[in-house]
Parts: sequence; structure tokens; C-alpha cells
Amino acid sequence: MADMTKQAGKAGAAGQREPILQVRNLVKHFPLTQGLILKKQVGAVKAVDGISFDLYQGETLGIVGESGCGKSTVAKLLMTLETATSGEVFYKGQDITKLSGRALKAVRRNIQMVFQDPYTSLNPRMTVGDIIGEPFEIHPEVAPKGDRRKRVQELLDVVGLNPEYVNRYPHQFSGGQRQRIGIARGLALNPEIIICDEPVSALDVSVQAQVINLMERLQDEFNLSYVFIAHDLSIVRHISDRVGVMYLGKMAEIGTDAQIYEHPTHPYTQALLSAVPVPDPEAREGRERIILTGDVPSPANPPSGCRFRTRCWKAEDKCAEEVPLLAVPKVFEGKDTPAAHESACHFAEVKQVVGAA
Amino acid sequence: MTELAKSAKGPDAATATTAAAANNTAEPAPARITQWGEIRHRFMANKLAVVGLVLVTLLFIVAAAAPLIATHDPYAQNLANTLQEPSGDHWFGTDALGRDQFSRIIYGSRIAVIVGLASIFLACVIGCILGALSGYFGKAVDSVIMRIADIFFAFPLLIGAIVIILVMGRGVLPVIVSLAVFSWATVARLLRSSILSVREMDYVTAAKALGASTTRIITRHIMPNSIAAVMSYVSFSVGTAVVAEASLSFLGIGVSPEVPEWGNMISAGKDSLGVSDFLWVYPSSAIVLTVLGFVFVGDGLRDALDPKLR
Repeated sequence: MADMTKQAGKAGAAGQREPILQVRNLVKHFPLTQGLILKKQVGAVKAVDGISFDLYQGETLGIVGESGCGKSTVAKLLMTLETATSGEVFYKGQDITKLSGRALKAVRRNIQMVFQDPYTSLNPRMTVGDIIGEPFEIHPEVAPKGDRRKRVQELLDVVGLNPEYVNRYPHQFSGGQRQRIGIARGLALNPEIIICDEPVSALDVSVQAQVINLMERLQDEFNLSYVFIAHDLSIVRHISDRVGVMYLGKMAEIGTDAQIYEHPTHPYTQALLSAVPVPDPEAREGRERIILTGDVPSPANPPSGCRFRTRCWKAEDKCAEEVPLLAVPKVFEGKDTPAAHESACHFAEVKQVVGAA
Repeated sequence: MTELAKSAKGPDAATATTAAAANNTAEPAPARITQWGEIRHRFMANKLAVVGLVLVTLLFIVAAAAPLIATHDPYAQNLANTLQEPSGDHWFGTDALGRDQFSRIIYGSRIAVIVGLASIFLACVIGCILGALSGYFGKAVDSVIMRIADIFFAFPLLIGAIVIILVMGRGVLPVIVSLAVFSWATVARLLRSSILSVREMDYVTAAKALGASTTRIITRHIMPNSIAAVMSYVSFSVGTAVVAEASLSFLGIGVSPEVPEWGNMISAGKDSLGVSDFLWVYPSSAIVLTVLGFVFVGDGLRDALDPKLR
């Protein structure tokens, strides 16, 4: 408990508000078994291995990282669609990883999700009206029966679709329209938190902007808090107030978007940012691209110490022996610079990465 | 405090949106196109499927109205009038015992319909229950059910049916039971694999995230999307069951030989092959038309039920 208050105090930069969601040492290991009948556990895929962060009311927390770093598992854990191996997720002080039955159903009203693929996230045999109206059938206390159809049409209008479309089927819509339907379904129960698992990465670039703008407008209108998971750094910067960078099941660096994008101190973040395409040819010439060698190690057998050391140009013996903690690096402690944000690196230092848009 | 904020947010949000929605919701939404309406439309657009439907409907009508259509008593023997060529009185001729072929074929449709539908219905009930359990729960339940299904799947139908009929005795019921016992495994497998792919879909995850009950997830999301594969298979397999039933009778282990049944008739006709071909040509044609009808309907159903083909 004392640890929690300390954490909250540390995040003072994000405002004096109380966090709406607190994630503490969240761990998810998927067991690897061998044998047909007698299942013997031979190891575990450490998809998420000790992640902590806070989410405040009305803010957007971006989570970025490569494919397979555990971003989507974090989303499923926050939605309690997967059971956490250990760790806690506090929603308004209540640990939702331990909830079940009616209490869990009540929490689910307040935490909803928008999915990545608009083609598989809508039931092809239900009309749009039934899809958006289903939340009301599951939680009948939210809207009285006679009111539901009107509520569904309102929701369609809110997400910028014609309310007359209630009787159409998902296959009659484009990808962007389908994603709007998915967002409307997520909004139906008036949730406080929406977990967005790569909500625009399956859409055309021109449509991405529309959906992102819609999500920003809805955030202002309904005071929503977003956990926005993506691999597109530019989009995350555009929508996020704070950004967390994940690598192989651990949080490498977390801070406000300006801190992360302009003053990254973790080598992995620096490498990621150096790969962002720069539209200005002149700025592009002057910049240094950090090209990482090798592949992401297997999460079933992650490297000792710092997870990133196998691909890091700064790695020393210390990195293999000691796990760097996610904290404000010693060199920046107490200093009033944008570099003073949490970074899990023994040798954290500012490196200017030019032109990260 | 947070509770307060939440309750304040509710009506606020509603008023913000009703204003915008008001002008749009004024006109009524267009009539609801039901799922079934759309499926029917696509089915009817398929010519072969319509032909199949006509054949199958004809079969049902003939089976139901057999006494009205038949010109003679199918059991009445007339030893003075055997092996007659088709004529005005006996449209399809008479067999070795002088029975009217046309009437026997008409009455034969009853056995075909009863055995075909009942055996596949039974197979579907068993197969759907076991397949759904296997697909939804997975793990040990899945392994046990699928290994049992494998046994029935691997067993040759005719040999298995002979064993069951030897135990139960000859008749319509043992034929139905033996066909069902050796058909459910396919239904179970189809449904299981379909459920396995559907339950990983994001819309199932979305329903779970909304807090939907297991019953709701199965009935609203998983079943409607996995049953299509089974439905078209069912139509195919009614045709197959008709053939299997005729084969059993042809081999002399189906219904008793005096019963008007297509397999029996072909069996009787094989003795005068090349002499009185009309004896086996007509019942064979009845089987072919029946099977074609069910296959065409199955094909049409498969295409009509697939939302991706729209």
C-alpha cells in the first residue's frame, strides 16, 4: 500500500488526480507443456513479466512495442479476458484480477475494448443494431427495454454513422465504418476506460486519421480514459498524453509524450524512434539511424538481466547480471529536465533522435 | 466521488447525443431484412438449388400422398400377370410376382424419406451435442469425444450396420439406428472444427468482454456461425443415407423383401438383367433423383449460408 502511494506521488507530473487504473507487477506466463495425457510443464512463455503503470481519468496512455512484446496480452489482462499469473490491476482501488461472477460483470461495464480487426470483431450474423444493442441485453439495468433502439441509433450517430443503418449487416460496411461500429459497441455501456488494441492498424491510412479523430472527440465528450496499444509511433504520439515502451514483456521506458519522443533515455526507445519515417528530406539526411542487429529473443527463454542487452550497443557485464528497474535514472534524479522520467536502463542517457514526428 | 461523476456523465452524454440524433431518427428505419430472408433470396437465385428443392419437395409429396398416387396395391400379387412390360395399366410394368412396379416405387419413397430423415436427424442430435461439447470445452472432454468419434469414423458403415441389424433383427428401426450410429461422427467433427475456429473470433472475445454468459455466447455467437457447415452436410447426408439404406436392402439385410423399397426392387430386378431392364431402371432412377435433389439442396445451402459469399 505504501508503495502504491509512493508510485502515485511520483507520477505527479500527470496531474494531482487519482489514478483510475493502477497496474502493479502484472505477470502472465503461458505454460509450455509436453506429453499427450500426462501434461508436464517444461517451461513458460513469459508474455508479460512484471509491468506496472497508472492510468488517470481522461488521459490516453499509449503502449508501443514490437510484435510479440506482450502488448495485446496486457490488453487482455486489463480486460480480465486472461487470468494474470500474478500481480494486480486496481480499478478505483479494487483488484479486478481477483474478481469473478457478478462483481466482475459490474467492473466490465466500466472497462471496454476496441479491437484491432474490424472484420472479425463483428458477428457476421447479427445486424448492426443487434451488435450495438447487445451490451444493453447483457446489462439490462443500463437502458430500459423500450429505450434501447433509440440508444443504439444515438450511438450510431455519435460515431458518425447513419442511424438508419441499424438493420444492416457488418458485411455491408467498409473497414472504417466497421471500426466505428466496434467503437459504438464499446461506448454503449458508458464506460470510463477503453482499451484500444491496435484499433487503426488494420485500416487504410486515410481512414486511420478519421477514426483517431473520432476517438479524440469521444474522449473529450465522455471524459474517457484510453489505453492505446499500437506499433505506429506517430499515431501513438498524436493521441497519447503519456507513452510506455514495451520490450519482451517488460516496460522499458514510460513518460509523457514529449519526454519519450524528444528525450528518450532508453536505448531501445532511441532505436525505435530512429526508425520512424521522416517526411522532410533535409532533416532526414542529418539524422542517425540506429539499426538493431538480431531478432527479438524468445519470450520462453529471455536473456538474463536486461532483456534488451542482446541487441544493445551499450551492453556491459552489469546488464547481464542485474535487472534494471523501471525508475528515474540516478543521473537525472532530482534534476528538472524532461529526461527525468522512468527508464529501465543502467546506462540511461539522452540521445537526440532527429525528426521523430 | 467517482460514483457521482459517473452518474452525472450518463444523462449528460445522452442529451449531447439526442440533439444530434433527433433529426436523423425522425424517419423510420427501413424494414428489417432478416437473416433468413437474405438466405432464402440467395438460395432461390441458385438454379441448381431450386431444381434440388423441387426434387426433394416432390419426394415428400409423393411419400405423403402415396395411397392417392399409387394405381395399384403395392403388395397385391398377380401370378397370371408377371414381368409385364410398361403399359397403360402398369406404367412401370410388373415384377416377377405380378406386383405393380409404379405403385411399389411410389410406396418405396416412404421408406426412403423415413429412413433418410430419421437416421440423419438422430445422427445430428448426437453429433451436435458431442461436437459442441468437444469444441467448446476442449482439453480432456475434446480428446475423449474425438477418440470415440474416430472409432465410429474408421468403422466401415456396411459391416457395422450388418452387426447392428444381426443384433436388433431386420426392419426399419434397426436400419435407422445403424445409419445414425455411423454418421454422427462426421457431424461431430464438422461442428467441432467449426466451433474451434469461431470461438477464437474477436466478436466472441468482445461478448466475453461485455460480460456475456456462456449460454449467450454459445447461442448468439458461436452456434449461428458454426452451424452452417453442419446444415449443408445434413442435406448431403440424407441423400447418402437413402443410398446406404437401399444398399442394405439390396444386400438382403435391410427391410423385408416383400416391403416396397427401392433397394429390394433393384435386387429383384438384377435377376432379369438384360431381359426385363425396366425392373431395375425405374427404382434406380428414383434413387438417383432423390440423391441429386438432396445434393443440390446441400450445395445451395452451403453457398447461401456463407456470409462471406454475399
